[in-house]
Amino acid sequence: MSTVVLLLITGLGLGALYFLIASGLSLIYGLMGVLNFAHGSFLTLGAFAGFELARRLDGASWGTFFLTVILGALVGAAVAALTELLLIRRLYNRHIEQVLVTVGLALASVALFEGIWGTDPIYVSAPEWFSQTTEILGARIPNDRFILIAAAVIVLLGIVFFLRYTRFGLVIRAGVENRSMVTALGIDVRKAFTVVFAIGGAAAGLGGVLASHYFGYVSPHLGGSLLIFAFIVTVIGGLGSLAGAAIASVIVAVLQQFANFYLGGTGDLVVVLLLAGVLLVRPSGLLGRKA
Amino acid sequence: MNRVRAFITANRSWLPWAVGGAFLAFAAILPLLAIEIPGVFPGASYTPGTLQLLALCLLFASLALSYHLLFGTVGLLSFGHALYFAVGAYGLGIILENTELELLPAVGLALAAAIVAASLIGAVSLRVTGISFAMVTLAFAQAGNVIVRRNPAITGGEEGIRLDIEHVPDFLVGVLNTRNLYWLTLVLLVIVYLAVLWFEKSRGGRVAAATRENELRVRVIGLRPIVIKLAAFVLASALAALVGMAYLLLQSGATPRATSADFTLTLLVIVVLGGVGSRWGAIVGGVVYTLLDQRLTSLAGSDAIAGLPDILRIPLSEPLFILGTLFILVVLFLPGGIAGIARSAVTGRGSLRKDRDELEEVS
Repeated sequence: MSTVVLLLITGLGLGALYFLIASGLSLIYGLMGVLNFAHGSFLTLGAFAGFELARRLDGASWGTFFLTVILGALVGAAVAALTELLLIRRLYNRHIEQVLVTVGLALASVALFEGIWGTDPIYVSAPEWFSQTTEILGARIPNDRFILIAAAVIVLLGIVFFLRYTRFGLVIRAGVENRSMVTALGIDVRKAFTVVFAIGGAAAGLGGVLASHYFGYVSPHLGGSLLIFAFIVTVIGGLGSLAGAAIASVIVAVLQQFANFYLGGTGDLVVVLLLAGVLLVRPSGLLGRKA
Repeated sequence: MNRVRAFITANRSWLPWAVGGAFLAFAAILPLLAIEIPGVFPGASYTPGTLQLLALCLLFASLALSYHLLFGTVGLLSFGHALYFAVGAYGLGIILENTELELLPAVGLALAAAIVAASLIGAVSLRVTGISFAMVTLAFAQAGNVIVRRNPAITGGEEGIRLDIEHVPDFLVGVLNTRNLYWLTLVLLVIVYLAVLWFEKSRGGRVAAATRENELRVRVIGLRPIVIKLAAFVLASALAALVGMAYLLLQSGATPRATSADFTLTLLVIVVLGGVGSRWGAIVGGVVYTLLDQRLTSLAGSDAIAGLPDILRIPLSEPLFILGTLFILVVLFLPGGIAGIARSAVTGRGSLRKDRDELEEVS
């Protein structure tokens, strides 16, 4: 029983991490049709920004931790907005070229990170509480999982609130439904594009700082390895669906944890099999619209 | 200049073949000559080091051609093409190590494995189109990467697999026989080129090109594009597997990097640099990329770079950073790639693509 609880909550923590990346990917794809390969780099940069700040301040204090989280989100948002303005904007409605540009950015940025911070993992310091465990139903859960889950819930609620109750959110939701209609009504959708990129980048940067605590280190390939699972999550959940991304993140991560434990480390393969199964039954994903 | 253009326009049909044949003949006798290009080749053209580099160029050109078949001809953006290259390389390596088969039957068996894998994975992946297809192929390739790294007993794990030379003919083994390996890769490039050409000129190839432009129309006519797409997917994968086997022979082994997503992205970079939709663009892209990669790596380790201040030294010592940036610039400013530049130089106009964009804007 305690093992099941441990796997379940650890899975939820990992799922939270996937969601922080997948939410941005899904929003960006839903509105603009852009598959953002550079999203992993936003995450990595957020993680490195958090690490650099924690190194200069007292890494073991809670205040520093919150500062690094905020800094990670800000850096992610700024870089994502810049990417949209400088690279993506020039190629509107040329989806393949947009993908290619983000691929180039991902390659170049990972190489740059390697040049600056080296290829080896760098271990990060965290408040004492992170390395302790809490007992739930007999299972000793590492505390960083709770932070991840809380962060993902806050991000999910924040995005939902933003989409529901703000003017920009209205424009974005309308744009996902029918972009040409929104443009025809005289609303500048392009501003919404930058905003969506910034939100996605902020979630990824925040995820980067938390991922560095989850894994215990930062490395230039942190984002790239998570990005692949985020892609799987967005396809399973249905491209462009935020709720789908949330549900699929949890399913994928929990399944991965259980398979890793009970089926001898086959978690990654089981996830790919799940993807194949979902595609055979529902090619548009769990909550995706019919293409 | 105008006379040159007139000559080229008048002799459109046979000129490319003549130029291609001349290049092929030149490439074939290269190991017998002593050509030195300082800064590009590590030594004279008959030395094993240079021939090894050139053979690698030809392999990347062949692999890029097989990717061109997917991306340029059929319009399938796959992020998992490296998987079939890896099935070829690892498949052949594993068969040679664990069975008593001679080289040719082993090649046949590995090829069959690649075709089966490509048929199964292609059938599943092609249920989705566009960007989803890209992500799904990426996921399958990633699964392959995981399998290779998690089973060190069979694949050698992170260390990579080594070529077991017991059943490989003597003339393909050893540094002195690099020449033969070079010719082997040249023959392979010709085979891949002819296979791609054959597919593009066949009825299926025309349906594939039509599907790329407008799938709905093709289906309304009553054709089933999915069959053609799958055929192209399997053909491209089989060709990639052959290239993978030649790679194993040339490098005497393969590493898990060959299965990684980065490797497929490299192919994408090559095809786009060369010019999407152009066969010889893919070949030139493969050669240029391999040479650039090698030269930039040795440039990165040179004293000239080490002496620069940090802000210049760090970016310049990362070959992938330079290649990635170059790639972004090509996508933004030269959508036709190398082939596009050549075309506009020959015809005196912008690239076809630019014309098409202008047409779209007008209509």
